[in-house]
Amino acid sequence: MLKTFSKGGIHPAENKLTSTKEIKKLKTPKVVYVPVSQHIGIPSEIIVSKKDTVQIGQVIAKSAGFVSANIHSPVAGVVSKLDKIFDSRGYKIQCIVIKTDPKDPANFEDIVYPLKKEIHLSPSEILKHITDSGIVGLGGATFPTHVKLNINEDKKIDHLILNGVECEPYLTADHRLMLERADEILVGIKILLHALHINKAVIGIENNKKDAIALFKKLTKNEKGISVVALAVKYPQGGEKQLVKAILNREVPKNGLPLDVGVIVHNVGTIYAIYQAVQYDKPLIERVVTVTGKKLENPSNFWVKIGTPIADLLEAVGGIPEDTRKILNGGPMMGKAIKKLNTPVTKGTSGIVLLSDDEAHRGESTNCIRCGECVYVCPMGLEPHLLMSLTEKHMWERTCAEDIMTCIECGSCSYVCPSHRPLLDYIRFGKKLTNECNLNK
Amino acid sequence: MSDSILYSVLLLTALGVIAAIVLFVVSKKFYVYEDPLIEEVDALLPGANCAGCGSPGCRAFAEKLVKNDDISDLFCPVGGNEVMKSIAALLGKEVLEKEPTVAVLLCNGSCDVRPKTTQFEGPESCSISAMIFSGETDCQYGCLGKGECVDACDFEAMYMDKETGLPVIITDNCTSCGACVEACPKDLLELRPRNKRDLKIYVACKNQEKGGVAKKACAVACIGCSLCVKVCPKDAITVENFLAYIDADACTLCRKCVDVCPTHAIIETNFPPKKKKKIREEKVIKIE
Amino acid sequence: MATPIISASPHLHSSRTSKKLMYDVLIALVPAFLVSLYVFGIGALLVTAVAVASCILFEFLIQRYLLKTEITITDGSALLTGVLLAFNLPSNLPIWMIIVGSLVAIGIAKSSFGGLGFNIFNPALVGRVFLLISFPIQMTSWPNAIENQSKLLDAVTGATPLGLVKEGLQFRESMSSLASQIPSNMDMLLGITGGSLGEMSAIALLLGGIYLLIRRVISWHIPVSMLATMAVITGVFWMINPEQYASPLFHLLAGGAILGAFYMATDLVTSPMTQKGMIIFAIGIGLITVVIRLFGAYPEGVSFAILIMNAFVPLINTYFKPRRFGSRIKIKN
Repeated sequence: MLKTFSKGGIHPAENKLTSTKEIKKLKTPKVVYVPVSQHIGIPSEIIVSKKDTVQIGQVIAKSAGFVSANIHSPVAGVVSKLDKIFDSRGYKIQCIVIKTDPKDPANFEDIVYPLKKEIHLSPSEILKHITDSGIVGLGGATFPTHVKLNINEDKKIDHLILNGVECEPYLTADHRLMLERADEILVGIKILLHALHINKAVIGIENNKKDAIALFKKLTKNEKGISVVALAVKYPQGGEKQLVKAILNREVPKNGLPLDVGVIVHNVGTIYAIYQAVQYDKPLIERVVTVTGKKLENPSNFWVKIGTPIADLLEAVGGIPEDTRKILNGGPMMGKAIKKLNTPVTKGTSGIVLLSDDEAHRGESTNCIRCGECVYVCPMGLEPHLLMSLTEKHMWERTCAEDIMTCIECGSCSYVCPSHRPLLDYIRFGKKLTNECNLNK
Repeated sequence: MSDSILYSVLLLTALGVIAAIVLFVVSKKFYVYEDPLIEEVDALLPGANCAGCGSPGCRAFAEKLVKNDDISDLFCPVGGNEVMKSIAALLGKEVLEKEPTVAVLLCNGSCDVRPKTTQFEGPESCSISAMIFSGETDCQYGCLGKGECVDACDFEAMYMDKETGLPVIITDNCTSCGACVEACPKDLLELRPRNKRDLKIYVACKNQEKGGVAKKACAVACIGCSLCVKVCPKDAITVENFLAYIDADACTLCRKCVDVCPTHAIIETNFPPKKKKKIREEKVIKIE
Repeated sequence: MATPIISASPHLHSSRTSKKLMYDVLIALVPAFLVSLYVFGIGALLVTAVAVASCILFEFLIQRYLLKTEITITDGSALLTGVLLAFNLPSNLPIWMIIVGSLVAIGIAKSSFGGLGFNIFNPALVGRVFLLISFPIQMTSWPNAIENQSKLLDAVTGATPLGLVKEGLQFRESMSSLASQIPSNMDMLLGITGGSLGEMSAIALLLGGIYLLIRRVISWHIPVSMLATMAVITGVFWMINPEQYASPLFHLLAGGAILGAFYMATDLVTSPMTQKGMIIFAIGIGLITVVIRLFGAYPEGVSFAILIMNAFVPLINTYFKPRRFGSRIKIKN
């Protein structure tokens, strides 16, 4: 029996169309749009001005508080303006527009970084490198990594968990990265183990990525303390709490963090970024993005510079198919529908998914038939149908008492609802207002 | 047979007596004194329980009126000056007279002038759709058209116009309770003075984009050109973030700004039609 | 590219819809219906057709003229109510009574609560119980099996196995002396016995029940706990005095136990949402059924038991909540 988390979960069609496609380097865009808020927390503070010349990897916006991150220039070029552009929801956000210098060879050369296994730095130096490189959680939550690694001394950590689950349908960015950069990821794990003063690491990979499991099993055969766990395929296993439960059978307490049960969880993409930051001092300026869709001519995985307009990515896969109705930033379960195509790729963009007309529509919402499916699939043990009706009635004290704030917004409830009720839409709204209500108290 | 009748009668009588005693004792024991004035004030209030005054209901407002010595900052928007005056007379306190106000919609982006570039699928709720994205049009400030303000209105003073996709305020019914102002996630409703014969002039736009961007998203957007500021004799108009705002207190309803506005973002209501149309056309041509 | 669609995540949906669930239940009822056609002949078809037609018609009329809401007769729920109501009626019931039953089921039990999803009681059972109380004679004179296939209304009628046992035991007979009168377990399994339209053939109902379990329309919790409770309690009594109490197998096969357990108690709308709640709910049904069957005035009690427990569902939903993730341990401060 493969390990998995116990309560709830669903199994949507996987549709991993790009799992055999090697990660290609995307052509450097002519202009990059770098938003100053690509992470959870305080937006970074811009430290360049119009017409400044910037180099690749130069800090262009610096961390503006503890929960914030540096942002580096992904290209060499000139800051053409500091403007507000549309984010994927259609609201304006502050961003730095940099025009790529077409003559600078640094923009186009493909540097090969040989594997560097020796770790010379001390834990505090490692942390400093990670902080300076602006690394954030690349699984999608974009929580600044240095904050996660800055652990209070009274918390005892014994395990590092590597999240290679990638439970979202369609996306294969982490899968490909694990196959192509396995050695580097392994060094990254050792760097983190060294920095955290612990000696146990577990890599969790879902069983639909058998090649990655086999590869890491082979690599970790002689490694003490690092093991690989194959997990049963179930969504939302990539959620931190579900993953800790699945691998170590430890239950993160309500409103708590994995830290509370002695675990720290990192995405494999983040680990790779840490490896590059620590061994080569390379800041986070590019990431792997899966561009996929059933009707696409050539769905692919790309190394993409942060700030590349999504339109460029779509061009690289052969353009938008005729009957596309929805373009998603992220996976189909948790991603956001994109309103504007010139929205840039940010640190949290793990994939672009195109849905055609037959899969893009929502079913018509009808009466709740009280079947309890939403309760059955909720991985957090909540009652989505109840939370929705309480939200409709604006009963914020009840929603709080029914633990609405612990919802991880995985969308399993909306996925299974036979009446197509927009459960998560309401719960999200309920969370927002319940939070406001609690703050006002 | 007669026995069973007798027993039932006795039993029910006994039950009744016991219940009466319990009720009597409880009502004596838990008696709370309440100022009879509150009852009287409550009777004067409209009883709509709309919470437009800031209290959760008319009763709570009445309590406040009776308890507070200074009630000059309290006002019932539904009852208006008349009700407040009669309450003041009853309580022997001073009230301030307020200019009657009415809700206006600060968006004029109907379907024909503000094209939809996306289609929304989800709950028919403005606040939820505002959380998900900026709206079906390219204007992130404009009306979402799901009618949450209409649902919030307790006085049947609003309805959704199917043709324009915008809510319409029936000024005669509007009590300016402010429920719609609270409800709108885009802050598109404002309480403005009714003036005589309900004459109003206001900028029906909230778009803070630069002129070109705003105009591209919506033909009747305020582009921040400041022509109105220049033409206003009373300095009642300010432009901030490419958006004009008319201060109702300073405005004398001269209608000059309405004529110069190149995008017709400034709206006049209930004025008699103007004879001289020429000026306006000239100006429009000049700008374009 | 056409106008892009914007909606919140998730952007995928499972293929389950309410309509499909309803039609799955209907498919599951087909074997039992075929058996009743074989046993009762054309009467079974007539009763079912009338019940279904009148349920759909009443739903339409009420939505169109009384509530003035959207017409939802195509969602299959009224159709299902009609079929389930018919399954709970004798095949020789006068047609006007069927129509009255449908009106009660749709009008009172469903629409007056707000339509699909808001009703507290199972509409089909409310219709049946209303008819049972109003017209006890017609509702309890079942045509005898097989011999009445071609006859319609003037069929030879007889009692159900449960009725025979109840009556027999009341007249101080013992189970062994009744043995010759009640049908064999095999007959009851196959459905060659008297009773309501759809309740006799245990095997056909089980077949459909398994289909529902495989399609995950229902979960095992309600049928298993209900039948187990019934078996345990009747078993205890049977072991104490086999002459005075019928065997547990007899109780499971006779009457509406299987129909109730798989199709009526599991009605999505009127059953609890959590698995813990479902078990409590089903145990309650089993318990009340046995109490009515052994000690009550009626020979059969499944429908009353389900309705009584329906009333407790909101309470069960309030007290048997799913366990919240992370509630086992508190954060140490």
